[in-house]
Amino acid sequence: MSQLRYSKDHEYVRLEGEIGIVGISDHAQSQLGDVVFVELPKIGDKIAQGGEAAVVESVKAASEVYAPVSGEIVAVNDALENEPSLINEDSTGNGWLFRVKLANPAELDGLMDEAAYQEFLKTLP
Amino acid sequence: MSSPELRQTPLNALHLALGARMVPFAGYAMPVQYPTGILAEHLHTRAAAGLFDVSHMGQALLEGRDAARRLEALTPTDMATQPLGRVRYTQLLNETGGIIDDLMATRRPPGREGRERVFLVVNAARKAGDFAHIRRLLPDLTLQELDDRALIALQGPHAASVLALRWPKLAAMPFMTLASSAELGDERSDYLFSRSGYTGEDGFEISLPAGETEAFTRDLLGSPAVKPIGLGARDSLRLEAGLCLYGHDIDETTSPVEAGLLWSIPKRRRIDGGFLGAERILGEIAKGVSRRRVGLRPEGKAPAREGAEIVDEGDAVVGRVTSGGFGPSVGAPIAMGYVTAGRAAPGSALDLMVRGKKLAARVAAMPFHPHAYFRGP
Repeated sequence: MSQLRYSKDHEYVRLEGEIGIVGISDHAQSQLGDVVFVELPKIGDKIAQGGEAAVVESVKAASEVYAPVSGEIVAVNDALENEPSLINEDSTGNGWLFRVKLANPAELDGLMDEAAYQEFLKTLP
Repeated sequence: MSSPELRQTPLNALHLALGARMVPFAGYAMPVQYPTGILAEHLHTRAAAGLFDVSHMGQALLEGRDAARRLEALTPTDMATQPLGRVRYTQLLNETGGIIDDLMATRRPPGREGRERVFLVVNAARKAGDFAHIRRLLPDLTLQELDDRALIALQGPHAASVLALRWPKLAAMPFMTLASSAELGDERSDYLFSRSGYTGEDGFEISLPAGETEAFTRDLLGSPAVKPIGLGARDSLRLEAGLCLYGHDIDETTSPVEAGLLWSIPKRRRIDGGFLGAERILGEIAKGVSRRRVGLRPEGKAPAREGAEIVDEGDAVVGRVTSGGFGPSVGAPIAMGYVTAGRAAPGSALDLMVRGKKLAARVAAMPFHPHAYFRGP
């Protein structure tokens, strides 16, 4: 199953079994512009929904990435260290940030599906 | 992003047509980037020619008896003995030697009744205060704000050849000189070309009547060498060139000596003084400064941004980052900031505090990317 669930902070999580793959939305990467540096969590870190989990930096600015779900980091996307532009090219595919073992799968119910996220984007200024 | 209270430059419609992302800047709606993005815009400017709308900046003519010499009371530059058309980078200083603004000043041929004239270009966010300051201190001179003119910068190695198609004489203009279109043999237009810029590249800043700006800009953009560039790349280009951004790297508390701008104060002014703030400046020249603006190269890939504290090995705060980010041509993070004078030597190892963690860095010589100014054919 490959459906994305989105937070209002423009992160997504894609569920693969008990593991959630987390990244920033295509809208978010387009707003940020060219990504030049990514600070990722460490494997084993515990993250809480809504807490800071990573930092994505464009030429202009640094932006926090907030965890869309709670859990434990089980993998990070090392390819971003040498190729941060993967986030611009394919934020919901090869530009993923980290994998998290979900602590509370019910948190997914509070996130938006693709259609709801697209509607949400229309409400933004 | 079209707040009605924001002022617009004469190129506003063109920016929107080109797909620019507009942001508020110094009271104006300005393009921060075009669809290609800041990295591509930055690299294009270094490789070919980038076109910048800088019409938000303040342009004015200071006119009257001895205008050039009188301006020396407000700025530590040499105006009175400059030849006509020589562009000077200088600063308006306050009574305590802090920088009210940095600006370009150029003597122009005399106007009516032989009255001296100096052409000034100042920062957008500072122009109202600058002009009030000049009028207060030089009340018998005339300061004519040129609100009906736009300002366009064309920067990069192809800038001169693109403009020379229409004004061939412009190709031989020396760096930091200014000429009108009439002086270049074109009596029909009313343009001022200054061979200067804010990118470290060869290039021109062009002052022209607002009503002609869109047609002129569209014509330039017709050249495959020329692409529109937003404020985002303007900032990364000037940072790589080691150039100060007012309100960040210099302000009313920093002196030109602390800021490393002593090169812009000629010998006569260093000795004789005679300008607002001279007491501090001459004192700093004689006795040294307690802090200096320096370049910083973080190790690794994480950028340090404006506001980051600079600490020594004992965790004592020895300074603060005033500009920082990623240098697209350098291919690494770069920054500038102020550090205590004892720490300012190139190679000096310091830590930058980024998100609560120490980021190792070294003081580095500027520019980070070599200047490519025109030095003759």
